[in-house]
Amino acid sequence: MLKDITLGQFFPGSTLLHRLDPRTKLLAVVLYIVALFNATSVLTYGILMVVLGTCICVSKVPAKALTRGLRPVVVIVAFTAVINLFFTGGEPIADVFLLRHISAKGLVTAISMMLRIVMLIMGTFLVTYTTSPISLTDGLENLLSPLKKVRFPVHEMAMMMSIALRFIPTLIEETDKIMSAQKARGADFETGSLIQRANALVPILVPLFISAFRRADELATAMECRCYNGGEGRTALHVLRYRPVDLAVLGGFAVLAAGMVALRLAGL
Amino acid sequence: MSTMLETKNLTFYYPAEEGRKATAALRDITLQVEKGSFVVVLGHNGSGKSTLAKHMNAVVLPSNGKVYVDGRDTCDESLLLEIRQRVGMVFQNPDNQIVANVVEEDVAFGPENLGVPSRQIRRRVDDALAAVGMSAFARHAPHLLSGGQKQRIAIAGIIAMEPECIVLDEATAMLDPVGRREVLETVHRLNREMGITVVLITHHMNEAEEADRVIVMNDGQVVMDGTPRQVFPRVAELHDLGLAAPATVELMDQLNREGMDLPLDAVTVEECADAVCRAFGIGQEE
Repeated sequence: MLKDITLGQFFPGSTLLHRLDPRTKLLAVVLYIVALFNATSVLTYGILMVVLGTCICVSKVPAKALTRGLRPVVVIVAFTAVINLFFTGGEPIADVFLLRHISAKGLVTAISMMLRIVMLIMGTFLVTYTTSPISLTDGLENLLSPLKKVRFPVHEMAMMMSIALRFIPTLIEETDKIMSAQKARGADFETGSLIQRANALVPILVPLFISAFRRADELATAMECRCYNGGEGRTALHVLRYRPVDLAVLGGFAVLAAGMVALRLAGL
Repeated sequence: MSTMLETKNLTFYYPAEEGRKATAALRDITLQVEKGSFVVVLGHNGSGKSTLAKHMNAVVLPSNGKVYVDGRDTCDESLLLEIRQRVGMVFQNPDNQIVANVVEEDVAFGPENLGVPSRQIRRRVDDALAAVGMSAFARHAPHLLSGGQKQRIAIAGIIAMEPECIVLDEATAMLDPVGRREVLETVHRLNREMGITVVLITHHMNEAEEADRVIVMNDGQVVMDGTPRQVFPRVAELHDLGLAAPATVELMDQLNREGMDLPLDAVTVEECADAVCRAFGIGQEE
């Protein structure tokens, strides 16, 4: 049952989007979000939809994966839409029952809110779908490195993230083993009330935590033996490098964001 | 030959519980390991062999006495990185020493820490993976590999630091026979071809057959020290320490007790087979 959990949502591939520097993708998604929040009209939403659509097509990520990513937020999207629909002031559309509470302005707001959330999620998911967790961590570390000046432990955070990613499969395997061992001795995880089932998890979590601490201790020793002493003076096997295409993409998204702001100020 | 590792009157106490007297894990050990040699340290659980191993790259510091790595005192903190770069350590559980989730990234971890330039890291990683025969797995995820393969990756991670000595602290204990053989063949090859000093801590007797030197430990002390041919014939003493001689020597010892007269220093399977055949007068005709 635990094998079903897919962690990291990376779809390996070698498309243009996959080969972009992770920093480019992270910055581009930020610019995309800026653009999205400045979009107010049919024209601007249209432009953004074309941009997003192009990126999705280029990435070759299956459409199913993108819609699956939306499933957990359907409730939030629906809720936002309904709230906006009924609680935006303005002239009612018609004087019949429910429609009395709905204004044309509310309808527009509801649709644009829905679009905004859906496009926001699709855009950010596209980045995680096309970037391996390792390079995402590398990119984040590199982008946040100016924060080192104010003593923010950027390297340590990135190291923690990558070690956590490394140990997820190991710990899942271990959980499976412990569960089998407990089941073999008659533990019951599937029946009973919610509280009973939660209680049944305690004999899994305790050994899991103990072993995780032991692993952490051994890993720390092993890392020290391999001369790890913090981020100071460390080099990297793969050096992040902006290529012309990265600059072009970044430039494109910068223009997009600036254009959106300009269009909004122009009232379009 | 010059000395790679040296301990002088090394004594070590683990911190004792409140109100109890600390018992020594290592008592007054003085020994030298020559450069380029292949040394196996044997002993049953609690004999202090792992503690001794941990002294060899300053993971643990002596309570009394000194440990020198290539002439460097392990107590001198300013030499710590130099010492750890020279003596790499492979541990028992392969899962708990792999840092990254791509094989080549993990092998690169050591050189990255040492601040080696990127282009050189690439070369070192490729060479190290080739040296342990894992080049084909460079882009794989370590958790999908077998135990023996994971340990070879761990060894590659050490090799990439270009050490002079590798200490394997029961690195074969959690492996199946196939994995154990893979790891042993790898370290023997590294010892032969690259001249790397190997210290192998184990409780599998047969892993000591091809060693240059065998050190047997008991209760924190070195009780036997010599070539396999010197140590293994002392079958009765080994039994007293709760250890068994390799299966070959055990067999000949049994036969001797049944009234035969076999040389106990025939340690490898071939030598043993020859000796037994000769004693029975078989296979002489060719």
